[in-house]
Amino acid sequence: MSTLSPRRIRALPMLAWGYVAWSLVPVLIAIAYSFNDGRSRTMWQGFSFRWWFGDPNASVFRDESMRQAIVNSLVLAVATMLIVTPLGIALAVGSHRMRGKLSSGVQGLTSIPLITPEIVVGAALLLTITRLFSGIPLGFPAQLLGNVTFSISAVVIIVRARLVSIGSSFEEAARDLGATRMQALRFVLMPMLWPSVMASLVVVFATVIDDFVITSFLSAGVDSETVPLRIYSSVRGGATPALNALATLLVATTFGALTIALFALSQWRKRHGEPGGMRAALADVTRMGD
Amino acid sequence: MRQNTRIWTGLAAPGAAWLLIFFAVPFYAVACIAFGTIDPIFRDAVPQWNPLQWDFAQAQDVLTSAVNGPLRGVFVRTFVFVFSAMAMCFLIGFPIAYFLARHAGKRRLLLLTLIIMPFWVNYLMRMLSWVNLLSPSGLFSRFMSNFGVNYNWLDGSPITVVLGLVYGYVPFLILPLYATLERLDWRLVEAARDLGATSMQAFRMVTVPMAKAGVAAAAILIALPMFGDYYTNDLLSRSPKTEMLGNQIDYYINNSSQPQRGAILVLMLSVLLLIALSWYLRSTAKIGKEQVR
Repeated sequence: MSTLSPRRIRALPMLAWGYVAWSLVPVLIAIAYSFNDGRSRTMWQGFSFRWWFGDPNASVFRDESMRQAIVNSLVLAVATMLIVTPLGIALAVGSHRMRGKLSSGVQGLTSIPLITPEIVVGAALLLTITRLFSGIPLGFPAQLLGNVTFSISAVVIIVRARLVSIGSSFEEAARDLGATRMQALRFVLMPMLWPSVMASLVVVFATVIDDFVITSFLSAGVDSETVPLRIYSSVRGGATPALNALATLLVATTFGALTIALFALSQWRKRHGEPGGMRAALADVTRMGD
Repeated sequence: MRQNTRIWTGLAAPGAAWLLIFFAVPFYAVACIAFGTIDPIFRDAVPQWNPLQWDFAQAQDVLTSAVNGPLRGVFVRTFVFVFSAMAMCFLIGFPIAYFLARHAGKRRLLLLTLIIMPFWVNYLMRMLSWVNLLSPSGLFSRFMSNFGVNYNWLDGSPITVVLGLVYGYVPFLILPLYATLERLDWRLVEAARDLGATSMQAFRMVTVPMAKAGVAAAAILIALPMFGDYYTNDLLSRSPKTEMLGNQIDYYINNSSQPQRGAILVLMLSVLLLIALSWYLRSTAKIGKEQVR
């Protein structure tokens, strides 16, 4: 039933697998070079853990500034996640149920950050913080504020998609059985929102830990340097393979968080009799479903 | 009834207030700085909070420079780079999304997972990988020198920057394209084929009109961040020869004593993106109307 000739169909899988190789092999090579025994990031000189923990000063886990960057990244990502998830869920539920002009205003306000390039948000916040909100110091507080601002909309989108698919019938049934609006919200809707909460947590964590632009604009020198900032400032210099190891660690952290979330999501679906398994879980975290 | 509305408004209030204070107000502040004055002693930008007293002289200056002055090159280059990268992204991304949606069969989940992966690999890590490969002693450069190609890829090469943008943004295009194509009603295409259309005709007259809105959305989704990109350029070139609008903004806001110029450029970028966005909204509205008819 295909609409293409067989010859062209054979070209497509080649393109697709070729693309996969092109997009992943360079990264795998960079990961491999973190295990290089020499100082070079381009010439292979044998396998070692030198740049992971062997070298007493310059390996990832022993270099003071790299360790600081890892801690900064984790603290920023977790703090943002904890603030923005409740804020975003409340905003999604509230704006989904609100009616009238105010509601469309709020919906507009939540969708604009999604399409604004980060450089605009970063530059605008930097100019504002240094001139209008000068009580907020640059560095961690400003970075936290910026990342919360930039990721609220992602949470709203994820939760709203779930709200749409749940519909209002469950809450109405609870109301008919005598629950108050708050009770229906707390005991019926909230548990059903769980997959979107999980997806929001991991999406925010991954976005913030990977964030470069906003975190960079709002940083205050070395003390608030995160892993992406460190990579950015050393890539073109004569950095050792420890930099590759640092970047590998960042990628591993993201994938670790993602794997946990995917597993938890597909387990939840199985337990609650929702179809889809792994594929639906993937859709949850990539926002493909909306 | 009013009671209920109050619950929802109360729930939405903290998040909405946050966005108002830290998203909407900063936008206004950028305008106030762009159209403000410059402190005569410290040479720093002083925001003018009253829009009635806005001074547009500086903005006019920058605009003139962009139309036929030194900034013109940067603007032209930004457009050329973004549109060439977009075209290449579509050349690569559309067939792959199509294949995933239509023909991938049993391997679809595996392929989908692999294609989603770069999405989750840090952007800077992906650029770092290429810096390593393209540096003069890197694997790719050494490989190419076997064929007599001794090109310095990382020294202000526009080709490298455009390819870097393609490499960076293709994954963000494939996913929404796939989501669009997967949801199309392919029976209509089959019907067209049954009624005698060639595969090209069916593609042009059935697939394209059905997929238009989703394709436009995907294009916008990667075009907007590309227009504001400066780090790809910084990492792969770091030369004024390939400078884009984002690099200028980064420079004036972060490294110069003229943040006002930076603020004006941020406003110009925002206006540019608003134009792109309204084009998108108009065209989807038109598509919607056509479908109703």
